[in-house]
Amino acid sequence: MIYLLLILLLGGGLAWASERWNPQAPRWVALGVVGFALLYLTVAVARLPVEQFSLLPAASQPDTWLAHTRIDWMPRFGIHFELALDGLSLTLVALTLLLGLIALSASWAEIEQRTGFFQANLLWSLTGVVGVFMALDLFLFFVFYEVMLVPMYLLIAIWGHEARSYASMKFFIFTQASGLLMLVSIVVLAYQHALQTGSFSFSYFDLLDHRLDPALAFWVMLGFFLAFTVKLPGFPFHTWLPDAHTQAPTAGSVLLAGILLKTGAYGLLRFAIPLFPEAAAEFAPVAMALGAAGIIYGAVLAFAQSDFKRLVAYSSVSHMGFILLGLYAWNSLAVQGAIVQMVAHGLSTAALFMIAGSLQQRMHTRDMGRMGGLWLNAPRMGACALFFTMASLGLPGLGNFVAEFLVLLGLFQVAPRMAVIAAVGLVTGAVYSLIMLQRSFQGPGDPERAVPDYGRRELATMLLMVALLIWLGVNPQPLLELTQPTVDSLLPGATP
Amino acid sequence: MTDLLWLIPALPLASATLLILGSQWLGPRWVATLGVGSVGAAGLCVLFTTLQWQGAPLQQTLWTWIQVGELSAGVSFYVDGLTLVMMSVITGVGFLIHLYSAEFMAGDTSYARYFAYLNLFVAAMLTLVMADNLLLLFFGWEGVGACSYLLVGFWHFDAANGAAARKAFVVTRVGDAAMALGLFLLFREFGTLDIQALSAAANARWEVGNPTAVLATALLLGGAVGKSAQLPLHTWLPDAMAGPTPVSALIHAATMVTAGVYLVARTHELFLLAPPTLTAVAVIGLFTLLLAAFTALCQHDIKRILAWSTISQIGYMFLGLGVGAWSASIFHLMTHAFFKALLFLAAGAVIHCLHHEHDIRNMGGLRSRLPVVFLSFLIGAAALSALPLTSGFFSKDLIVLAAFEAPGIGPWLWAGAVLGAFLTALYSFRLVFVVFFGRANTLPDRQPGPAMATPLSVLCVFSLAGGWLGIPVANVFPAEGEGHPALWVEAVSIGIPLLGLALAYALFLGRRWDASGLVESPLGQAFYRFWHAGWRVDGLYDRLWVKPFLVLTVLLKSEPVDRLYGAVVALCQLCYEGLSRSQSGRLRQYATVMAAGVIVLLGVVWRAAGG
Amino acid sequence: MPLEHVLGLASLLFALGLTGLMVRRNILFVLMSLEVMLNSAALAFVAAGAHWGQPDGQVVFMLVLTVAAAEVSVGLGLVLQIQRRFHTLDIDDATRLRG
Repeated sequence: MIYLLLILLLGGGLAWASERWNPQAPRWVALGVVGFALLYLTVAVARLPVEQFSLLPAASQPDTWLAHTRIDWMPRFGIHFELALDGLSLTLVALTLLLGLIALSASWAEIEQRTGFFQANLLWSLTGVVGVFMALDLFLFFVFYEVMLVPMYLLIAIWGHEARSYASMKFFIFTQASGLLMLVSIVVLAYQHALQTGSFSFSYFDLLDHRLDPALAFWVMLGFFLAFTVKLPGFPFHTWLPDAHTQAPTAGSVLLAGILLKTGAYGLLRFAIPLFPEAAAEFAPVAMALGAAGIIYGAVLAFAQSDFKRLVAYSSVSHMGFILLGLYAWNSLAVQGAIVQMVAHGLSTAALFMIAGSLQQRMHTRDMGRMGGLWLNAPRMGACALFFTMASLGLPGLGNFVAEFLVLLGLFQVAPRMAVIAAVGLVTGAVYSLIMLQRSFQGPGDPERAVPDYGRRELATMLLMVALLIWLGVNPQPLLELTQPTVDSLLPGATP
Repeated sequence: MTDLLWLIPALPLASATLLILGSQWLGPRWVATLGVGSVGAAGLCVLFTTLQWQGAPLQQTLWTWIQVGELSAGVSFYVDGLTLVMMSVITGVGFLIHLYSAEFMAGDTSYARYFAYLNLFVAAMLTLVMADNLLLLFFGWEGVGACSYLLVGFWHFDAANGAAARKAFVVTRVGDAAMALGLFLLFREFGTLDIQALSAAANARWEVGNPTAVLATALLLGGAVGKSAQLPLHTWLPDAMAGPTPVSALIHAATMVTAGVYLVARTHELFLLAPPTLTAVAVIGLFTLLLAAFTALCQHDIKRILAWSTISQIGYMFLGLGVGAWSASIFHLMTHAFFKALLFLAAGAVIHCLHHEHDIRNMGGLRSRLPVVFLSFLIGAAALSALPLTSGFFSKDLIVLAAFEAPGIGPWLWAGAVLGAFLTALYSFRLVFVVFFGRANTLPDRQPGPAMATPLSVLCVFSLAGGWLGIPVANVFPAEGEGHPALWVEAVSIGIPLLGLALAYALFLGRRWDASGLVESPLGQAFYRFWHAGWRVDGLYDRLWVKPFLVLTVLLKSEPVDRLYGAVVALCQLCYEGLSRSQSGRLRQYATVMAAGVIVLLGVVWRAAGG
Repeated sequence: MPLEHVLGLASLLFALGLTGLMVRRNILFVLMSLEVMLNSAALAFVAAGAHWGQPDGQVVFMLVLTVAAAEVSVGLGLVLQIQRRFHTLDIDDATRLRG
């Protein structure tokens, strides 16, 4: 696993350096690096015995995980370089690398300035995210959490669109402030552990069994919750997202929507809830209310937008509401739904952002008022937009439906009222998705308009995502089985 | 044979995939062959299955779709008599309509796209009826909704068509959301979504009239009402006529809109446990059929008349379901598929031959110029009006009689149904007389070719003789009472459509009375406008839902939440300004402040030291 | 001579210096006021050293003396520079040090 991180980290440096001898080289280097990382992961996973995948990853037994590494870092404070991989992490790491490839494809023709540094930032950002998904030492987790932030800030601030400095600053301040809250919570947690056992520990395994005083646990939990909800982003902490997405270059949007948001969901699932089960249960109604509010609010605002990317960004807010609901419903169905939503939303929204990026590149505008009837000029692009719009509104047979259905089904078992409110989101989701399609690709058009259709590279990328979404929608069972042990081990009542 | 069930939906699906991926390379001839042939092949499979069928339900599981916790739903099929009827209608009528489309759509720039969507629809619809669990049924349910959206908005370069498509999708989605909630509720109660297991468990656990049963069935009914365009979610169907006419025939007359009827029939064991919901089904059906019949009377667009008539006929089916005449409803579903598809296809032929003319006031005298179409339309209208011995007569008669015998509000239901039958005959023959008789206003420039005429002729035969077809649903539904109603009831059933026909003749052909005087009186005008606008339900929804939503979006567009963060920013700026003002650069001021600070500190130390 | 008297004198001198610092605008006078304040502190050290019989007070006095000399040399250099640049010795006219 360390090698995986090293490949990406050093690859970033290499990509930067390679710009010196050829401005085209960084793209190929980055492609090679991500491809190699993906290959490495595949080979490593394929060599694991099959039984390993059905073991419950228990806190006390590192060998029940798919992979586990622990190196002393600052032993005096109980800080270790501890990485571990279970089904959930594996899924998300694979998604990260895959979307890394897709982001590379999206930036292939878009970025002409300082390609080396761009690709380096892209790879470093991936490093951070992969680290976040694997780190099981809270301090290390925090480090990776911050590491992925800075390259993303640079991506937006340097290669973004017209209002990039405002957007990147807003992004940075929101996530940084929330990260600090998390740091405070982590330190309090470790300090409490030290008070009770006499030694510091930031290890997830040690802290998982550790029980805090309920009042304190609530506040610490709130720190984690805020940090991850800002990242997710949940209502009402979402306002950085539309600005960041709108201004980011396409590859940045793809990464941001596809995986950076998922670190928030992952954090909630891995840390915020299991570390404080009682406090989280107490807090669940509030979290669920925020999730439901986010679904509706995001949908209404998405409808109100005239900017293609902003619309997709608000639709993300709406979709993330489902994740929040699913996680806090905290039963097997809903949590699995939330996990599928992470993957499916990552793919469908990334694709929509790529379409937005292609449109911007071709038409130099994101304003849907100036689009319309693009199907005439670019039918392949239109077909892709149609497909991903349908995916995003939760059409059965595609990944998002499985996710939303499972979330709502699980949610209904514990909070029927919330499920009813969230089901309204199904209708509003259709409203904004279809109006987006209408205003951009359908309607009267101008056949003379010079909007080139998709070429081979873009079409191949799109078809890859189409295939994945259909696979996820028609046969999600392999994914569900991969993550099931993790979910079982996290849920209360599971045998450790 | 059981093993090959999967082939039936897979054939059109494969064809749709090929058509989407290969649209660049396939010529129109290949496109038509693939599109029509795949549905035909599926139809042959259905025919083969039917012939081999022993009477026991067939089952096939392809793979486990979703299995989490208690939930386990497979991609698995369950085929009994009810399903076979539906499958035959879908593939049979579907095949004819595909064949018709091959000529109707010839020359369209998106020929391949059209057939891809249409095949996809057939695949989804087959999945819907063949599903053995509600989740897979929901899959097909939403799938047909999406295909309907795509096909209504097929000519999306006209913004109005796009709006109609969106309306169709969103309005049915409201029903779908209710249905999804019904699924959640059923799953919470029984931990399964398998239809047979649900029925058994519900019968074991719920007594008749259980409130949860009522709630669950009411939610399912919400889905059915949305899909089948019944009150109060019927407003999308007339607008959905923006799609190509064969689409209207297939989706919005023969198959998809009857999915709601199928759903209620499929889960009838649950509905039987909830008598209040069943009554609601009947009442909804009755009100819908009357409202739609009145509205159909006041329309001028040939397709809209047929659309309202479809709503009205599905109202009959709901009425039948509500009074427990399950097999009669399914029977009417089948005959309606024949004659309404026939009517739509004939109307399509008229439109096709008259340069896309939709307004019946601009038609007339087409009897001799389009004889095949005229004959088809006449037969269709006769079956729709339930003239004796046509297929519509048998099925509608069964429903009307069942309504009469229903306990409680039965006679009222019967009276409404009879009024509806009268109106049906009136508007059907108004259409026939205005379009095909009288003075010719527009001349046709072509005749329907063989690909259009063949489906028309086949459907003519079925519309006439379909009443003698038996449907193998005896094992599916509980036995229904074989009542022998009084003779006068039978006589009314036979006489009322004839009365409607006579009135239509008198008004629109014989000109015995002039209806225009009645229509132009102030009261007549008011009613006319009210009915023409579909009882102003659209306007009501516009004010109730659409306008408030738009106002909400305008209000929220500026992101009130972001204002909150704006306030934080403003606070920070205020502090910054205050502090930066204090840094004036005046040395003496600094010294003064410093001295004051030292004195204050000294004071604090002094007090702390206990001085 | 009681310690209090000397400390009182030192405080008086310090207050005088501080007042001068605050009210005078001419930089020369400001520097002179600073000198007065430094020396008042030094006086307090000497007195305290004498009172406790320790040499520390005298040592610190030497330090203060050195610091004062250094400060005056730097300060006078600044005065020259200010005179050259602003053609005035009024420190309020030289308020460049603003955020």
